[in-house]
Amino acid sequence: MANRFKFLNLSVVCAGLCVAVLIGSSYAARGAGGEPRYFAVVNARIVTGTGAVIDSGTVVIAKGLIQAVGANVAVPPEAWVIDGKGLTVYPGLIDAGTDLGLPKEEGAESTPTGRGRRRAAPSGEIAKGPEDRPGTSPWRVAADELKTDDKRIESWRNAGFTTALTIPDGGIFPGQATVIDLAGDRTGDYVVKAGATLPISLKPVGGFWGFPDSLMGSIAYVRQVFDDSNWFAQADPVYQGTVTKFERLPYDRTERAIAGSLRDKEIVLLPANNAVQILRGLKLADEWKINAVLFGGQQGYEVAGAIAAKKIPVLVSLKWPEREKDADPGAEQTLRELRFRDRAPSSPAALAKAGVKFAFYSGGLSGPKDIFKNAKKAIDAGLTADLALRAFTADAAAILGVDDRMGSIAAGKIANLMVTDGDLFNDKTKVKHVFVDGRWFEIREEAPAEKPGEGKKDDDSSSSGKRKASSAEVGR
Amino acid sequence: MKLRVLAAVALLVTVTPVCARAQVAGSQVSSAQTNNTILIENATLLTITHGNIEHGSILIRDGKIAAVGTDVKAPEGATVIDAKGQYVMPGIIDCHSHIAVDGSVNEGSVSVSSMANIADVLNPDDISIYDDLAGGVTVANVLHGSANAIGGQTVVIKLRWGKQASDLPFQGALPGIKFALGENPKRSNFTPPPGVEPRYPATRLGVEETIREAFIQARDYKKQWEDYNRKKAAGEQNLMPPRRDEKLEPLVEVLEGKRYVHAHCYRADEILMLIRVANEFGFKIRTFQHVLEGYKIADEIAASGAGGSTFSDWWAYKMEAFDAIPYNSALMTERGVVVSVNSDDAEEARHLNQEAAKSIKYGGMSANDALKLITLNPAIQLGIDSRVGSIDVGKDADLAIFNRDPLSVYAVVQKTLIDGQVYFDRQRDIDGRPALEKEKQDLLAKEKKASEEKKTDDKKEAKPEKKSEQKKKRPTTDQDSAAASAGGAQ
Repeated sequence: MANRFKFLNLSVVCAGLCVAVLIGSSYAARGAGGEPRYFAVVNARIVTGTGAVIDSGTVVIAKGLIQAVGANVAVPPEAWVIDGKGLTVYPGLIDAGTDLGLPKEEGAESTPTGRGRRRAAPSGEIAKGPEDRPGTSPWRVAADELKTDDKRIESWRNAGFTTALTIPDGGIFPGQATVIDLAGDRTGDYVVKAGATLPISLKPVGGFWGFPDSLMGSIAYVRQVFDDSNWFAQADPVYQGTVTKFERLPYDRTERAIAGSLRDKEIVLLPANNAVQILRGLKLADEWKINAVLFGGQQGYEVAGAIAAKKIPVLVSLKWPEREKDADPGAEQTLRELRFRDRAPSSPAALAKAGVKFAFYSGGLSGPKDIFKNAKKAIDAGLTADLALRAFTADAAAILGVDDRMGSIAAGKIANLMVTDGDLFNDKTKVKHVFVDGRWFEIREEAPAEKPGEGKKDDDSSSSGKRKASSAEVGR
Repeated sequence: MKLRVLAAVALLVTVTPVCARAQVAGSQVSSAQTNNTILIENATLLTITHGNIEHGSILIRDGKIAAVGTDVKAPEGATVIDAKGQYVMPGIIDCHSHIAVDGSVNEGSVSVSSMANIADVLNPDDISIYDDLAGGVTVANVLHGSANAIGGQTVVIKLRWGKQASDLPFQGALPGIKFALGENPKRSNFTPPPGVEPRYPATRLGVEETIREAFIQARDYKKQWEDYNRKKAAGEQNLMPPRRDEKLEPLVEVLEGKRYVHAHCYRADEILMLIRVANEFGFKIRTFQHVLEGYKIADEIAASGAGGSTFSDWWAYKMEAFDAIPYNSALMTERGVVVSVNSDDAEEARHLNQEAAKSIKYGGMSANDALKLITLNPAIQLGIDSRVGSIDVGKDADLAIFNRDPLSVYAVVQKTLIDGQVYFDRQRDIDGRPALEKEKQDLLAKEKKASEEKKTDDKKEAKPEKKSEQKKKRPTTDQDSAAASAGGAQ
């Protein structure tokens, strides 16, 4: 019993250490050295994420990986045991599109676009053509710029998210996105796949005076960049073969980076939210011969069949379209907009029905509460809970190319798990434990502060008790 | 491209219909007839090529005109459209349009923006498509704007409302490219902010030089690839491949006659300039657009083989557009130029029949010649006259059915057909409005209800917090209000 662990006791011990965060609080059961690496969650309902559900079973975690899972699995003597009675173990959730760990700098703004600012002086260099490489930094990798002190990482993790695709912002080729796990001792521990995807934005970055200043200009630009990168891939070996025969090739970081991405068949993320954009994205993906994944996908209900025919996966933004806040109440609402706002949450069900592989991403939602609430809307609009779970786990892992190591509960997979006291999409359900790479986090409700007057200065402490308790629930 | 102000005024004038038909956005083509065989009977047929036929009928089979005449009978199973007392004319062709474009129609940052392609950004959801159908338009030459000496690639579309972007292009029509001369490409009306270099060119001379420079590059580029391909075909090893250049490739197509040039222009001198430059490089200008001073040099335009696509009576919106006259269409036509009247504007495209009619008043054109300005002539200009532009057996069944003679201001389109399918039906539109309005009101009510529920939820959630805030603030209330009233007194 010596190494058996009773989390109630530990809770008391660490109550003072708990840091207030947006959603509940968590405690990693480890300290400097000697932290446990072996766990067993016993007597739990296990939703493996690939179909099978074990009504009462054990998950054994060893050194960051799932060592064993099943109804009759022996608990190794070195494991810390968590009694999972009444609890459900799910694969850790994946948010397939965020900027977690890449917080925007204060005052930083995206490149000016839109008519309101057309005549303003542009902030950056003014590109006079594709050769000036406007808004282009494909050599950047999110992993290299990760800030693990981003408070949202903890907030996401406490809600059961163990993994995220984090996408750099800014420009047409902002840089490569990284798959991160949401815990680690050092920044490097977070990174699962550094150059996971090559995101593209088609927003014009020229701001009237510079190139490109139109959607068609952006598309033409991306086309030219792919041309140039393919040219480099072809030309460089020719040059290297006979350096005395040819003028030397100019150094172009963009061509080199993208040639590398294309060679490695890196996923290229193309923006495509409405039906017109989706069909355009499918066409461009064909033309450019890229390993494309569309992101947005909210009008997928209109064109699901076309997407399925191309076998191109979709990352569906859970930030469902809403009427603009503080909009003119008398403003004309077109039927098309109204229909879109009404039907967007039915996209996942439509995609599923057509056989399109898709995953969910938070797409700028402010926190897990809204993520679950909006995922619930997709379920209400016809998506099965199983497929909703897959969109957060196995299918997300498959689309991001990490399904060999995560996305389900199976021996050998990374020990990314969430343990809840009920069904994932029930709004009363609470997250009790989260494992990230086998690191254990206990998610606890914040106890009401005993002396409200002596709490921290901000308003949180005085009102935290009830509010935090409630917001620790999954998917309100 | 005309001044935005004018377009805005035009939009304001028509604001009521704009609102009314915004609801129709969803009607789509679901109810478009898919029957293979249709007979339009009892109509006055304005064939354009062989006179008017009273009490005539048109048989449509598989989207093509199968028979035209007074004794055409409906085969079994055919859908019959009784057009008694109505007029059928070929679908109107708008040779200068900017509808159905997603994003800006101008890649205005550079003086040669030929890498930009309207075909990449076709937007089948643009309500202007439906508007223009309601004006009898079936084909539009969708052009890039006029911000550059050499603008973007252009595309001819059929207004197949309700279909996907890929279904819009007129299959078989050559793609085009926009050129522009004069004030717009030389940026007469734009002053860059401090720190931003003005774009070259700033003069009409510079516009000419920009075009010449681009074609010299295109010629070199073409040769580079020809050399490479020849050596490669000869089996030569270790060849350095040329780069692809998205800007120059469309210009090579112009040199090879595979892409039409539609050149925005006003003044006679610059039109002559462009004819000379085109001759120098061995290509043709397919149409001069606007060409408001075309009447001054109609012989030279006719000799160059170019068409003229102009406004009926729209001018003086900038310096270079002052020396225009409403007789332009008639005068150019008299001198042998193939002339069309275009809209350059989604609203104006809804009454191109009236725009054409003005040429009867100004210049004494015959009714048939006036109608040619918006049918057969633009079809010739776009190289699609073997397919559309008149009511002839074998041509696409692109037709507009008016309740009166389309040259009358009282004429209203009843039905518009493309490829034998009814894409606009005035009665169907009117009948469909209540259902669409109901759907809209229901969705608005649903949204309102959801947002009220959300507010209630938020309130419930926020309550404890608010209370505590109130408690905390209470002691300071007096001070606050004192401060506030003091502020108010000042």
